[in-house]
Amino acid sequence: MPAFLTALNPGWLLILAGIVAIFLPMRRIRQSIAIGAPLVGVALLALADQNVNHLTASVLGLDLVLYRVDGLSFVFGLAFLIAALLNAIYAWHTDDRVQDGMALAYGGAAIAAAFCGDLMTLFIFWEITAVTSVFMVLGAGTRASYFASMRYLGVQILSGVLLLAGIAYVYHDTGNIGLQVFEDLAAPGALLIFIAFGIKAAFPFLHNWLQDSYPKASVVGAVVLSAFTTKLAVYAFARMFPGQDSLIWIGAVMTCFPVFFAVIENDLRKVLAYSTNNQIGFMICAIGVGTPLALNGAVAHAFADIMFKGLLFMSMGAVLYRTGTTKASELGGLYRSMPWTTIFCLVGAISISAMPLFSAFVTKSMILSAVAHAGLPIIWLMLMFASAGVLEHSGIKIPYFAFFGHDSGKRVKEAPFNMLLAMGMAAFISIAIGLPAVIPGLGYEWLYNLLPYREEAMNYQPFTFDHILTQLQLLVLATFAFVLLKRFGVYPPEKPGTILDTDWLYRKMGFGMAQWAGTVWGKVGPAMTAVFFGLTGRAYDRIEAAFSPRGELARGGLTGAMAVWTAALLGLVLLLAFITVG
Amino acid sequence: MIDILLRSAPDWALAHAAPLLVMVPLVLAPVLALVPSGRIAWFISIAGTFASLIFSLILLAIVQAPETSGVVSYAIGNWLPPLGIEFRVDALNAMILVLVSAMGVLASVMSYPTVVAEIPKEKTSLFYSAFLACFAGLCGVAITGDAFNLFVFLEISSLSTYVLVALGASRDRRALPAAFNYLVMGTIGATFFIIGVGFLYAATGTLNMADIASKLPDLTGSRTVQAGFAFIIVGLGLKAAMWPLHQWLPNAYSYSPSFVTMFLSATATKVALYAMIRFLFTVFSPRFAFEQAAFNAMLMPLGIAAMIACSFQAVFQTDVRRMLAYSSVAQVGYMILGVSIGTVAGLSAGLFHLLNHAMIKGALFMAVAAVVLTYKGTNIRDFAGLGRSAPWTMTAFAIAGLSLIGVPLTAGFQSKLQLGYALFEQGWWWAVILVVFSSFLAVIYVGRILEAVFFQPPVNPRKTRKEAPIVLLVPLWILALANIYFGITTEIPLGLARDAALAAFGPGMFR
Repeated sequence: MPAFLTALNPGWLLILAGIVAIFLPMRRIRQSIAIGAPLVGVALLALADQNVNHLTASVLGLDLVLYRVDGLSFVFGLAFLIAALLNAIYAWHTDDRVQDGMALAYGGAAIAAAFCGDLMTLFIFWEITAVTSVFMVLGAGTRASYFASMRYLGVQILSGVLLLAGIAYVYHDTGNIGLQVFEDLAAPGALLIFIAFGIKAAFPFLHNWLQDSYPKASVVGAVVLSAFTTKLAVYAFARMFPGQDSLIWIGAVMTCFPVFFAVIENDLRKVLAYSTNNQIGFMICAIGVGTPLALNGAVAHAFADIMFKGLLFMSMGAVLYRTGTTKASELGGLYRSMPWTTIFCLVGAISISAMPLFSAFVTKSMILSAVAHAGLPIIWLMLMFASAGVLEHSGIKIPYFAFFGHDSGKRVKEAPFNMLLAMGMAAFISIAIGLPAVIPGLGYEWLYNLLPYREEAMNYQPFTFDHILTQLQLLVLATFAFVLLKRFGVYPPEKPGTILDTDWLYRKMGFGMAQWAGTVWGKVGPAMTAVFFGLTGRAYDRIEAAFSPRGELARGGLTGAMAVWTAALLGLVLLLAFITVG
Repeated sequence: MIDILLRSAPDWALAHAAPLLVMVPLVLAPVLALVPSGRIAWFISIAGTFASLIFSLILLAIVQAPETSGVVSYAIGNWLPPLGIEFRVDALNAMILVLVSAMGVLASVMSYPTVVAEIPKEKTSLFYSAFLACFAGLCGVAITGDAFNLFVFLEISSLSTYVLVALGASRDRRALPAAFNYLVMGTIGATFFIIGVGFLYAATGTLNMADIASKLPDLTGSRTVQAGFAFIIVGLGLKAAMWPLHQWLPNAYSYSPSFVTMFLSATATKVALYAMIRFLFTVFSPRFAFEQAAFNAMLMPLGIAAMIACSFQAVFQTDVRRMLAYSSVAQVGYMILGVSIGTVAGLSAGLFHLLNHAMIKGALFMAVAAVVLTYKGTNIRDFAGLGRSAPWTMTAFAIAGLSLIGVPLTAGFQSKLQLGYALFEQGWWWAVILVVFSSFLAVIYVGRILEAVFFQPPVNPRKTRKEAPIVLLVPLWILALANIYFGITTEIPLGLARDAALAAFGPGMFR
């Protein structure tokens, strides 16, 4: 095995492939590269030793660790690589150089960020994910997506700037830019980094960019977006803030509040965006608990979430691609014309609902057990409520309104084969990692084997009687509630409308205030401008009169003037010498 | 790299590098006048300047090597100093020699296409002959340790410069009055200098600079010495385009052939400034009361005046070369301000800016030469839209322009930073504000061009995609990348400038 191959960060490979892809007009070759690069990346990753700095550099006195694999980053990197592969397959029917290349580079940047060993490199790839991912939103090509992408970019860059400021603080205080665990949030550097990560993880009140941009992204773009940005933030939290108490509450609130929005939202992709929030909440909460079991749970759940959330976004993307909408009010009854998509969507929906034998069950039960062991009953109840909510909005609402419910009369073709293939692979993974380990090493044990705290993971039993019973009770009762509510017509009907979220504060009220200030400025401004220009104009005239090519300094006989100046300076120096030496 | 040079150079090169550095171009100059073909003349001038570059690097290596005393002294014709003429190289002029010869190589490499376009065919070899003579003169000024010999070399370079400027007449007739004005003023400067040297000879009885320096401390009260000081400073100040004695420069730079402008801007004023520094710090000394007074009451105010006034003048110019010429005078102002601080830090900041400015203006005038070659005009209007039709040339121009402003990660930023440190150390914080203000003016005048280049539609849209020839682009990009490289790691140029400043001050060097 040549050393240069083990020293190659798979993320860099994807970024390079992405750059090549942008300039490659041949569609099939480009897409083959997009599929091949993640496969090669997986091979590279499998060959790389863990806990070794494979590639380091020293730039401007900073010691950078460009490639380092350990138990934590391995899982995220593997999940990102699989997601990049699925995305490339899912995008096979499109012909968009920029989107193909940028998606590849975006995934590569997320992988490279997961495999770096210092804050500065993390920052660089953090910014690359921001810049490349914006093309996923832009790719939709609509006016709304343009504005959403600009807001998205602004927020992402803000996160990067905060991160850089935090790194600068940390470097100044400690002289260490290695990845480190921050225990005290009171230090300004740690706090800035915390907020920067929080923006990308879509913390409550910092979350609006997600619901704003994902539903407006292109068919492929939304799938790509769902995999990387928020999960990278989860990785960063797990790396640098494990056991940070404030994360427990933030995570718990994150799991609960999207439920209300998701239940009443009409755009099904926006429902998925809220459900992303909710799933991230579970992981953040687990990271806050910080025990090995909890961290295992967070990592495993991130892995599972990348698969089933990607699957759900893919199925909604297929619906959007065929029908041109994801509005619940305009959909329904699609199971007749899109049977395969329906099945895959159901797999995703059941997975996210944590039904036993599906992926989220084996991952989320770790989180719930960890919270219970840590003695946090209120948090546990909040998570249980959120789990019921997940079933409500993602497990039932998405497939029900899209594929069943009242028949919209739409008769479309089944999704293209490549979409079905990608969905099928995601569905396979979602089921495979949820199965009991009948054959040791397969089923859920395959995933548990990869987790950072392997001993704890292998000792943990997801399929115990009380786990299954609790979960089934929850699922059955929640389903029963849905049926009841639906039966009595209390369940919020699918109808078009705009749900107000906290981004109303800046998108409407802030905008209004800016407009008002603009009107006032429009009155006051001209008066001030007149005064200002009166003054500066006069100053400008004076300066121009002196310095311009026709000005005073350029006039007069050149040679004569120079001779006079020379004599004058000579006189000056002589005079100075005369005075000082005396 | 320097070690390799020392080890691989033959003995004769090590022993005679100093005279060969000047003699090779000086002998080649009359030979070139006889060469019939311009292309052969071009090759010979590249070879001549390249030989000088090698010798200057050898000298730098010897001077920097730890086992030597830091000085190379060569007695011409074995007439020992102080009676004979001495070539004397220390860290200060080794740096200047490397700068001049490196710029000479780059300039002669890029010269041929522009010379063909701007100089009548029958005068091409004569043109190159004058160029090599000018080059040899500049090297001679930088290398000699004899005050009168310095005057001789100064005249060799100046006379050939007048010829070079006048040859711009075939492109623009205004080159003739510009050259004439330059001749009159340059002669005033040279005369002042030689009068000053005469005064020193009268007072000390010697022409060897090291010898003069050893005798001067006892003679500081002498009016003769003070008069000599005044004449020398004003004379060299005129040659270095010190404000307000700069008025020959804008015309000479804007009407001469574009290759000449590029070469002169990167070397001529720099060498004159070197001579001034040599006299201020090595022959005379900042400890002399009259020199300290001249620093505080003349050089510092004039440096600041140049920085501000000429930046303002640059803002209002419509001709790009004229604008860059005024900017050059402003940049000389920075260097003189650094020198006038009178400390090692100040002098090294001034020398550091001297190096960086040579790279900046070299690149800018090279890009302008490329535009003159392909699009003929030098007005800002002619630059409109060139960013699209000549992206490589204009990107390099933009890099050098940003460096001129002093944008971080460029060489110009580093030298302004060093100047700022030196000024703060001296407590001249108000001067730092003025430096920043002058940089702000630079933003305006550079910004005007960049705006035209990249954001305005082309005046003549039919002229699409016309890049400069490769021999022009390569030196241009070498300089542009050097601006970025030395903006990131300053070790090499700053080390050179520090050594040079120490050598200028150092007790063991000239006294």
